[in-house]
Amino acid sequence: MNGDGRKNAPHRLSSRLVQVAFLAIVLLAWFLATTRWGVSRILLPNPVNVWHQLIDIVASGAFIPDLRITLGELAGAFAISMSLGVTIGYLISRSRYLIRVFEPLLAAIYAIPIILFLPLYVLLLGLGPASKIALGATISFFPIVLSTIAGFGYVDRRLVTAARSMGANNIQMFRYVLLPAALPVVLAGLRLGFTVALLSVIASETIASFAGLGHHIVDLAENMDTARMFAYIVFVIAIVAFLNAVVSTIEGRARW
Amino acid sequence: MASAQPAIRVNGVSHQFGEPGEARYVQALLDTSLDVTRGELLCLIGPSGCGKSTLLGIMGGLFAPTTGAVAVAGKPVRGPMPRDLAFVFQESALFPWNTVRENVMLGMTFQGVAKAERGARARRALEAVGLIDFAEHYPGQLSGGMRQRAALARALSLETDILLMDEPFGALDEQTRMVLGEDLSVLLSRSNKTIVFVTHSLGEAVFLADRVAVFSARPGTIKQIIVVDEPHPRKPSFMTAPKFHALRDQLYGLLHDEIRKAMSETTQPRRRYGQTGPAETDGERV
Repeated sequence: MNGDGRKNAPHRLSSRLVQVAFLAIVLLAWFLATTRWGVSRILLPNPVNVWHQLIDIVASGAFIPDLRITLGELAGAFAISMSLGVTIGYLISRSRYLIRVFEPLLAAIYAIPIILFLPLYVLLLGLGPASKIALGATISFFPIVLSTIAGFGYVDRRLVTAARSMGANNIQMFRYVLLPAALPVVLAGLRLGFTVALLSVIASETIASFAGLGHHIVDLAENMDTARMFAYIVFVIAIVAFLNAVVSTIEGRARW
Repeated sequence: MASAQPAIRVNGVSHQFGEPGEARYVQALLDTSLDVTRGELLCLIGPSGCGKSTLLGIMGGLFAPTTGAVAVAGKPVRGPMPRDLAFVFQESALFPWNTVRENVMLGMTFQGVAKAERGARARRALEAVGLIDFAEHYPGQLSGGMRQRAALARALSLETDILLMDEPFGALDEQTRMVLGEDLSVLLSRSNKTIVFVTHSLGEAVFLADRVAVFSARPGTIKQIIVVDEPHPRKPSFMTAPKFHALRDQLYGLLHDEIRKAMSETTQPRRRYGQTGPAETDGERV
């Protein structure tokens, strides 16, 4: 993969250039829309204003309480979905019969918009972090359990047979055959699960909550403080991009 | 007594997959008996689906026969016997996440070889198959022929008296398999191992084997055993000798009708999937 990338380096450079130019044009259009074209400042704040607000948010540390709540919810949701998803997925993967029963079932549930459960969770758990954790855990459980089933359930039987013929016991089979075979697939599921947990936690904060980054953005919108709201959106995007990059790096390191 | 004892004794083995009436029901082997003599290379040859790979798996304890019994060196086979026999499979039985050396070492780990001994034995095995310079390569970086050499090195490092080879060169091109066949013949002449070798290739069978067991179409049983009286190591010139051609023709004559018979019943299911769990195996892999 790296080799391919190096070969295409000049091509990639030019496409990167086009991307930067595209973003610059969008920013310029944004700036002109607010200064020359008379778009309402309440609907679309001036990008320079947004920039100042962003600086203020980062410098003042005003984001810290909300970020702490959102990250706490994310950690809770991901810890639940990871431990349940991997455990249940592994247990299902041990039997052809269970795979046949549960894999299509879980895939079907994964396809429905689980965010519809949020009102139920709010009803049961209240407006605090518990309902966000429950929703994030529910949504991210499915990619994790499905990829764990796929990882452990479809290990090349020739490898299992070969290991058995050489006398591998159950622990060795797990440690040297099943685990290395399944790990890349399971990690891909964990990365996906992390991403959807983060998205659903922030999304549910915007719908019904007391605190958190998503809640803060809605608060600013309701107070017509759109410049600061835009700054918060940019800030959250940066946080999400950073977290996803960290998770992708961890996943890439763990591959064989 | 011990010297007369066969390396492997197959006694009245029948094997079926599934039960009569089920879609996956196949009578793979029917009342097969066979003695494998110590130090010989015995080829099993027959039409597709005749149960020769199934028999090899039963010999190695990968699964139990429906009826009948197998003994290795006088001991009844009840499961894998990693100290008595080693397998070489058709392809891709190397762990892709391990280097060639790690693959060889891992086999010895499974078998229970002391840690201090593994390195030296891996080295010897890799030298024997001419792969020592590729020890740190991953299987994906090797050609098909080199991968099979690596698989052979893994089996050799286990230092078993018996090698069971399931179409080990089946996925290779003809030239590569000829060269590997010659190498195997040389290796065999030096080692005194007992080898059971499943193949589809008439030429490979005659070139390698001391005896060739010809299977009938399914339900498979041994139709006839042909003796190839030619010392190892065999030279490429053997392949052009009149004796080679006479034996090859004889084999073809025996197989011809069986192959026709096997082809006329292709409607019968051949693949069986997951009867009890992901870890279980059957004779013919995907």
